[in-house]
Amino acid sequence: MTRQMSGAQMVVQALKDQGVDTIFGYPGGAVLPIYDAIFQQNDIRHILVRHEQGATHAAEGYARSTGKPGVVLVTSGPGATNAVTGMTDALMDSIPMVVLTGQVPTFMIGNDAFQEADTVGITRPCTKHNWLVKDTDKLAETIHQAFHVATAGRPGPVLVDIPKDVQFATGNYTTPQQARVLHYQPKVKGDSDLITQLVEWIETAERPILYTGGGVINSGPAASHLLRELVSGTNFPITSTLMGLGAYPASGKNWLGMLGMHGTYEANLAMHGCDLMICVGARFDDRITGRVEDFSPKSKKAHIDIDASSINKVVHVNLPIIGDVGNVLEDLLKVWKQRGSKTNASGLKKWWGKIDTWRAKKCLTYKGSATVIKPQYALERLEAITKGYDRYITTEVGQHQMWAAQFLGFEEPHRWMTSGGLGTMGYGLPASIGVQIAHPDALVINVAGEASFLMNMQEMGTAKQYRLPVKQFILNNERLGMVRQWQELLHGERYSHSWSEALPDFVKLAEAFGAKGIRCSDPKDLDDAIHEMLAYDGPVIFDCLVEKHENCFPMIPSGKPHNEMLLGDASTEDAIGTGGGAMV
Amino acid sequence: MNALSLKKGASKQSAYDLKNTLGDVEETHTIAVLVDNEAGVLARVIGLFAGRGYNIDSLTVAEVDHTGHMSRITIVTTGTPAVIEQIKAQLGRIVPVHEVHDLTVEGPTVERELAMLKVAGQGNNRVEAMRLADIFRASVVDTTLESFVFEITGAPEKIDAFVDLMRPLGLKEIARTGVAAMLRGV
Repeated sequence: MTRQMSGAQMVVQALKDQGVDTIFGYPGGAVLPIYDAIFQQNDIRHILVRHEQGATHAAEGYARSTGKPGVVLVTSGPGATNAVTGMTDALMDSIPMVVLTGQVPTFMIGNDAFQEADTVGITRPCTKHNWLVKDTDKLAETIHQAFHVATAGRPGPVLVDIPKDVQFATGNYTTPQQARVLHYQPKVKGDSDLITQLVEWIETAERPILYTGGGVINSGPAASHLLRELVSGTNFPITSTLMGLGAYPASGKNWLGMLGMHGTYEANLAMHGCDLMICVGARFDDRITGRVEDFSPKSKKAHIDIDASSINKVVHVNLPIIGDVGNVLEDLLKVWKQRGSKTNASGLKKWWGKIDTWRAKKCLTYKGSATVIKPQYALERLEAITKGYDRYITTEVGQHQMWAAQFLGFEEPHRWMTSGGLGTMGYGLPASIGVQIAHPDALVINVAGEASFLMNMQEMGTAKQYRLPVKQFILNNERLGMVRQWQELLHGERYSHSWSEALPDFVKLAEAFGAKGIRCSDPKDLDDAIHEMLAYDGPVIFDCLVEKHENCFPMIPSGKPHNEMLLGDASTEDAIGTGGGAMV
Repeated sequence: MNALSLKKGASKQSAYDLKNTLGDVEETHTIAVLVDNEAGVLARVIGLFAGRGYNIDSLTVAEVDHTGHMSRITIVTTGTPAVIEQIKAQLGRIVPVHEVHDLTVEGPTVERELAMLKVAGQGNNRVEAMRLADIFRASVVDTTLESFVFEITGAPEKIDAFVDLMRPLGLKEIARTGVAAMLRGV
């Protein structure tokens, strides 16, 4: 039985059949038929953003906090080009996303028509795959295939470009079951011989470490459970990339904290000194490895990844296992248990002894202050006060992002949304909107810097319109903090264009958007102000005026190995005891 | 495990590790890629090479299965072993790519290229061009009183040699197809 309908109706029907409940978008000439179809139904909720980039980041926030693909609908030309940053961001961080763009009618393509852009050409390098649909009969099938590609294997963004005449024309609807199955079927099961080999290494390793990444979270909740089982079974130390925070709980006793450029002393030195590195769903990013020749020089390395192109891309590994993290960990645990759940207990005991001396360094200590709010202190208080909440955190990009990763603890996956690979300033506010849409009753906080916040602040209008009580927690140092830090340390303190001389009044800005504005500059008032933010049932901009020249430590300058780490003055001088953040 | 004492203002630092770590010997590989013959597929392959800075020495593409809409792309590329591995892995994850074969590794292979050469001249040069064409088993596919168009098929080196010989004899124009390659045996 075939069902006839217009292309625009097909889009809506295909989204319904794919289980989509929410889309983020912005209308325009070339998508009007689809917006007309959306108007005439109630199954799919459309969230009107204020800028197409906002739609993509909101979809990312939605996707990363739910595990489901985020869906974006924008118009041709500028609508599509504005979505490019978000698609590139999703590609770098492996976020499943389906972007539908309008296009000028097929007979006008190539004529430099009004709002025409070569959308598939422009987005080819920033999507996993994209399609230009020229035939209404193929539209539904293409959308179903797009969802398959976005979610199968290593997730990522896809784009379907739909000319306006294809939206108007009538054609046959294809259900997901009828759609032709694509050849694209990534391998999820790991090679059993290689898994057995890894188990043998696990049994004998004296100084092992688990280095986990976003792949664990993308694999689904089962992977996080299996990872926790592996860690508690083997008693191996575990560290994670920025993207992998929450897969293993921050309160877990084997947790070393995040690794990499601004990772902890213990995590980076354990990476440097280990004899067995098990990389699980991470990709040896340059923010992780530092100088590649000196990256963990004495270790055997195993790498579990679903994307074969991640293997040996940066660092040569001895044991590559291509497959889905959850699938491989399940097989790994099975084999390890069958062989008697063995580890090298005496070796591990010594290894933990060494790690404990590194931990004793307390690399995150900082000099407290009674007069100005230290950004670390602000996050410590935010963490302490909101810990019990059903809490989701998004961030912008910069110092505040690294401090958030260091000072906030994540106990579960899908609770931490940040732009890791691309480092997109302006990600956090729209992402917080996407998260709040998916989790209406949760506490959603965007830890922001004032400069990043300004990049997509128009989305406060979206938050207001949909009554989303997102909390914008701005660590305002009136500087591009990370840029300023690099300029101070590496460019002779020449602060070239790294501050703004004309910042808005964020409290008035909040009020202009119909939100609540709170300003806090005294550490003594901070707790009360945070409570006030939490108590308000609506969007809040919290302007937290912090120390302007604080640097983010620890830090591995690029091109340096892990053991040449730069620590903050406080801990290098051993000047501060425990709880350096405590108010004096 | 000392903390690094970094001098303020040291300008040799960068946000990236600027040293290229892939200092290995370069190899030339012939890679055959079987793809769906759909719009933009060649752009995806070429865009991959351009975007990631890989070399393309030669590239040919044509549909090889009309009913299944499959095309075969033959790429000759040069890079370090690590780069060649990356190229294959990156090709493998393009959605319309079905198979990636490194013929240089899987080999031995037969590699052939077709070229057409327009040679203009009179008198001895014309006779010499004809005689050399005979030796190279090139055939004449067009002729006027002042010119020949030769068609020659062979390994790229053979075509290079023929082109070099024709140059002093009045070579005007060359068209080459690029390499098509196949494994020997079954």
